[in-house]
Amino acid sequence: MKLLRCPVNGVRPVSEFAYGGEIRSMPADTCSDIEWAHYVFNRSGVPGVKVEWWYHIASGTWFHAERDTVTDRVLRTWLPGDLPPAADGKAA
Amino acid sequence: MPYQLLRFAFSSKHPEPRMFREPDRLKDTYDAVIIGAGGHGLASAYYLARDHGMTNVAVLDRGYLGGGNTGRNTAIIRSNYLTPEGVAFYDQSVRLWQDLAQDFDLNLFYSTRGHFTLAHTDSAVRTMRWRAEVNKHFGIDSELVGPDAVGKACPQMDLSCGGHAPIMGALYHAPGAIARHDAVAWGYGRGADQRGVEIHQQTEVLGIDVEAGQVKGVRTSKGYISTRKVLCAVAGFTPRVCDMVGLRTPIYIHPLQAMVTEPQKPWLDPILVSGSLHIYVSQSARGELVMGASLDPYELHSTRSTLDFVEGLSAHMLDLFPFLSNARINRQWAGMADMTPDFAPIMGKTPVTGFYLDSGWGTWGFKATPVCGKTMSYTLANDRNHPLIEGFGLARFERYELTGEKGAASVGH
Repeated sequence: MKLLRCPVNGVRPVSEFAYGGEIRSMPADTCSDIEWAHYVFNRSGVPGVKVEWWYHIASGTWFHAERDTVTDRVLRTWLPGDLPPAADGKAA
Repeated sequence: MPYQLLRFAFSSKHPEPRMFREPDRLKDTYDAVIIGAGGHGLASAYYLARDHGMTNVAVLDRGYLGGGNTGRNTAIIRSNYLTPEGVAFYDQSVRLWQDLAQDFDLNLFYSTRGHFTLAHTDSAVRTMRWRAEVNKHFGIDSELVGPDAVGKACPQMDLSCGGHAPIMGALYHAPGAIARHDAVAWGYGRGADQRGVEIHQQTEVLGIDVEAGQVKGVRTSKGYISTRKVLCAVAGFTPRVCDMVGLRTPIYIHPLQAMVTEPQKPWLDPILVSGSLHIYVSQSARGELVMGASLDPYELHSTRSTLDFVEGLSAHMLDLFPFLSNARINRQWAGMADMTPDFAPIMGKTPVTGFYLDSGWGTWGFKATPVCGKTMSYTLANDRNHPLIEGFGLARFERYELTGEKGAASVGH
């Protein structure tokens, strides 16, 4: 079973988590309709290392995870507002 | 044993010609380049050559013919979708399917089985009724039936699903069918090849040259091709190819897994789908139960398989068919599904002149293979979107005009 490290609860099975998508910055509300559509719909679908939102369902914890979307290795996880820890490279 | 087989024993060379040629080098220039030698790409090449007289065409694939989602789907064909755009489009596809074997002179094992979409809740019954009425309005054979009709068509099923998800009705679609998906790719490949199209396997596209908004050529692992028309029919690789021309799309990639049991005696005639239990299942001509479930829950560009998937899908299969507890799983696999926010494809022209998309086919692309070939070949040959695909353009997102096709596979309501 795949494991994921919740910054609060430690290493838990991935079935306890929900995926929240890549972290993206919202444009200002003065942007054009097309810029807004770009933000709402378009994704960087190209594979690579991405920083994503993940949610630990059992404890209601939202956190950030840096993950390689080709190998499915999670490089590090941290709470929003904290500084990212050094990447250990271990699948956790 | 048919006597024809003897010539294989007595001939020193393989007595049958190959399905298609393997040209050893690329030409410098083609009228059109199709990226992706799967069902959609080869069907487009076939209809380009047959209906539009464009034969100076190359089909490129980084892997082998039919090795992507064409060979990884669960081979179900149906047209009982929810939106008018979807229904018209898929109905055309089902009609094309029905004469394809004749067209190719190749047995596609096209087998009309009848297709039940099971409803386990009141709201699902409501949705099924809605879908049935939309379908009937467009002349599609589709109706809401009660649990007794399901039990009659499939007496082995536990209609109470272990007591926790009793079947309250189903959407029945009599033309629902399955086909041998590899043969579809081979048939289109051979048909295109006979008309002069070149199929280049193990030829990876490394870049696409665009000058002043117009496609100029394609850089490949086997050399440079100059061309003014490129069709991208690469399913899970779509974001990577779009990136080569600087195009952003709403497409995101999730794996979709499937598995088969070892062959059993024929017992399951219809095709069964349950949105609540996340199952679709049919029995192939070989006797294997072919089973699929919902998408993997997060983005991943890989075709790895997981044990979680087998455990979860098996548990739901046992809800429907408790007697399968001793059946063995023979193999499992995954494909990379190119998903869109509205569960409808993204097809046709793009802001880059000469770059055409046949993408966003996610979990529902196999059944659309013939009509995608027809419509994309028209679009390429005339540089004008075919009327059937006008609702599927990339520009719909900028206009906030989503199509909303939730009759797609493995999508609940």
